[in-house]
Amino acid sequence: MNALTIIFYIMAVLMVVFSIMAVTSRKLLRAAIYLLFVLIGVAVFYLAVDYMFLAAVQVVVYMGGILVLIIFSILLTSHLGERLQVVKPTTMLFAAVLSLVSAGVVISVINGFTFITSTFEGDKLTVAHIGQQLLSYDQFGYVLPFEVISILLLAAMIAAIAIAKYKHQGKS
Amino acid sequence: MIENIPLSHILIFSTLIFFTGVYGFLTRKNMITMLISIELVLNAVNINFVAINKYMFPEQLEGHFFTLFIIGIAAAEAAVAIALFINLYRNIRSIDVDEVTEMKH
Repeated sequence: MNALTIIFYIMAVLMVVFSIMAVTSRKLLRAAIYLLFVLIGVAVFYLAVDYMFLAAVQVVVYMGGILVLIIFSILLTSHLGERLQVVKPTTMLFAAVLSLVSAGVVISVINGFTFITSTFEGDKLTVAHIGQQLLSYDQFGYVLPFEVISILLLAAMIAAIAIAKYKHQGKS
Repeated sequence: MIENIPLSHILIFSTLIFFTGVYGFLTRKNMITMLISIELVLNAVNINFVAINKYMFPEQLEGHFFTLFIIGIAAAEAAVAIALFINLYRNIRSIDVDEVTEMKH
């Protein structure tokens, strides 16, 4: 058992605890900060499996983009001291039973399945290799999803601007 | 490297995060916290993709690229969702799912 293994288990427990706190915290801003801790943990996991580029994307897009947007909208739409209202106990019980039972089923399936792990030792993944595969149109090339997602991002950007501007024009 | 951690432990850990996200999605009423739950679910799926890619099929990078695209789509989804929340808040002063009974104004 080396240091990285111990770090992984500590991190896994912490991430599960922080995700539970993110969905049960009564204060909105705290929920967002607990989400930040989970996202940092996921980035560390990507670093541990040697996907440096993915870890960088996770930090830049999730923590630098999505989380800032979430905190920004929390500050715009609620007062800081405000506590969230809780749902009915029956709903909470139903949701807890549903997720616990489903998690139990999935975990028992995972435990009963033998995964054939590969012993393939490739050379280290470089950004140049990622870029070439992302833009290649041979087998295992990803040029079509790459182009589709660029159109999707453009559409999302235009939609966000249109939604944000729409009411303004309607009022005047 | 984390080769001495069995794959099933990583999958169990991501399963727990996934169903925490599902629980949050079912119990929350505020739309922003529902978005936070969706981000938890997406991150659990990303951990799964990366772990299975690394342990079982390291010669192809399919899980790596799927994760990359999921992160991109999550960014687009969050941007549109937050534009909608702010517009809703401007119109009806609330972003609780119970009070949003119509999207048209």
